Amino acid sequence: MEVAKIENVTRVYTVGKVETHALRGVNLVVEGGEFTALVGPSGSGKTTLLQLLGCLDRPTSGRVIINGQDVSQLKRDQRADMRRGTIGFIFQFFALIPTLTAYENIEMPLLLNGHDPAERRARVTELLEAVGLGDRGTSRPDQLSGGQQQRIAIARALAVKPSIILADEPTANLDTPNGQQVMETMTRLNQETGVTFVFATHDPRVIQYARRVVTLQDGLVVEDKQATGGA
Amino acid sequence: MIQLLKLAYRNLGRNRRRSFFSALAMGAALALLLMMASFIKGETGDAIELAIKLQSGHLQVRADSYDEARTSLKWESLIENPDQVAAQIAALGPVAVATPRLYASGFVTTRDESAGVRVVGIDPPSAANAPYRDGMQEGEFLAADDRDGVLIGRALARRLGLSAGDQVSLSVNTSGGEVDEQRFTVRGIFSTGTSGFDGLTVFLPLAKAQTFGRAENHASTILVLLNDTAQTEAVVAALQAPGFQVLTWQDMNELLVQTEELSSSYMVFFYLIVLGVAATVIVNTQIMSVYERTREIGILSAIGMRGRRLMAIFLAESGFLAVGGILIGLVIGGIVIAYFTRYGFPLDVENFGITGMLFADKIYTELTLQDTATLTLLTFVVTLLAGLYPAVVASRMEPVVALRAEK
Repeated sequence: MEVAKIENVTRVYTVGKVETHALRGVNLVVEGGEFTALVGPSGSGKTTLLQLLGCLDRPTSGRVIINGQDVSQLKRDQRADMRRGTIGFIFQFFALIPTLTAYENIEMPLLLNGHDPAERRARVTELLEAVGLGDRGTSRPDQLSGGQQQRIAIARALAVKPSIILADEPTANLDTPNGQQVMETMTRLNQETGVTFVFATHDPRVIQYARRVVTLQDGLVVEDKQATGGA
Repeated sequence: MIQLLKLAYRNLGRNRRRSFFSALAMGAALALLLMMASFIKGETGDAIELAIKLQSGHLQVRADSYDEARTSLKWESLIENPDQVAAQIAALGPVAVATPRLYASGFVTTRDESAGVRVVGIDPPSAANAPYRDGMQEGEFLAADDRDGVLIGRALARRLGLSAGDQVSLSVNTSGGEVDEQRFTVRGIFSTGTSGFDGLTVFLPLAKAQTFGRAENHASTILVLLNDTAQTEAVVAALQAPGFQVLTWQDMNELLVQTEELSSSYMVFFYLIVLGVAATVIVNTQIMSVYERTREIGILSAIGMRGRRLMAIFLAESGFLAVGGILIGLVIGGIVIAYFTRYGFPLDVENFGITGMLFADKIYTELTLQDTATLTLLTFVVTLLAGLYPAVVASRMEPVVALRAEK
């Protein structure tokens, strides 16, 4: 089943009179359950592509279709609504809200989505266990290691059972063991829950986990190949 | 909603000192406003009450041709058979006291000094004289048949160096237009706590004043005190009669009444200026907060928080600052006001005052529930308004831009 589709998408940033073409006509289809890496050098358009897939940004031209719905021209609040129910994010920096506990961070998307308290409690507890941090629910982000924070971010991304989780350089700020643990957690959850993961990276140790590798260069997809990652 | 409020509350705890000083700024502003309101209420409230009690009464009935500015004793400007007129007025239900008074202008002279005074002939036993009788500091109050005694105010006694029992010479303009002079004994010295009044007034028994001023069986006015100020208009209607004019306390204290009315409108501007200055602190705090948390705004937005909710978080933070500020303001303002309500704020009346207005030597602050509620609400609203701009900035951030921020 097609989760996301990018049709001939361009994205041009204009700063003053200077135009930067971040994407120059990209086509991509992401099927449900994929574990896909977007790779390529800095400036190749990985992050821009993730932002468009995540309804954080709008394409200059072309169409972005998520779960069969064209989201290219949605307004700000409509995009927020789409993200809330359908898309999970994991960022390079450990994007937790510092004033909330690990538990509350995971609970936030559920709150925004209007889940009742009992449902929230059950789901957060389940997710804390799933990322191996069942005993750290009351910890604030500054009481957790980088790896633990990133695993809480994964749990938060999974909270509302999204169709797709987008991760931008999820291990870039982690040492090797922690990075490995995060990738293993993502792989396991992909296999257990069937949720689609698309992650941008240029770290070969991370790429090896992917089952599909899409290579971007200068705003174009230059290679799209299946891989044996996670096997 | 509760979780969002919790988030907002915790956000204020990130930089406790900054939050505290922001709330303190609003608190100080509220305390200042409460103090101003209570001083003004105390001052104008007292001033009108004082003017009624000491000088004007609630009503005065005068002859049609009486001109207060000239203090004339010409018989055609006076009321004939004043005791009889006063007795008729006193028979009206809402009237507490009606008493004749005769006013003349004159001079008090001692061996070394002299001072212009207002000579007031009073009916000594009348209850309308209670403020003077209660304020006796030396000597004794006048008796109705006293033929050579006067009462003078403390401020005048001080100026002329007089004590009870001293001799003074008093000159008045009589009804015939001549100046007559007689020697009197200072029977007593009173203080009403209002130097503006005490420094100018000399009391004589009415009978003696009439003889002295050649105004036999006449009075300048019948001064009327009512049981309830609210009945003023009703009694005015009942007192209308040809040949007489009836003046209300509002007529006689026009400047004071106008000042009170004006003060409420210009105070609103003053309040808004003070709160506006304090509100800049809130704007500053919240703007800093928005920029310090830009990336967090991006994260919340990325996980699907709508702009309106982001705005609500920042507004809730301003709301908490407002509540904190209000509590601080009520405590600080309350303590200061309670002190001045009890002990009074000394006023240098010698160098402060407006002609035609009486000011007590001390202002006793008076804080009303209405003023407290209005100013508290105003502080809350202004703080929220101050927080509106930063909240709007936060709600309009593009998630892509916000996520790129350093913090």
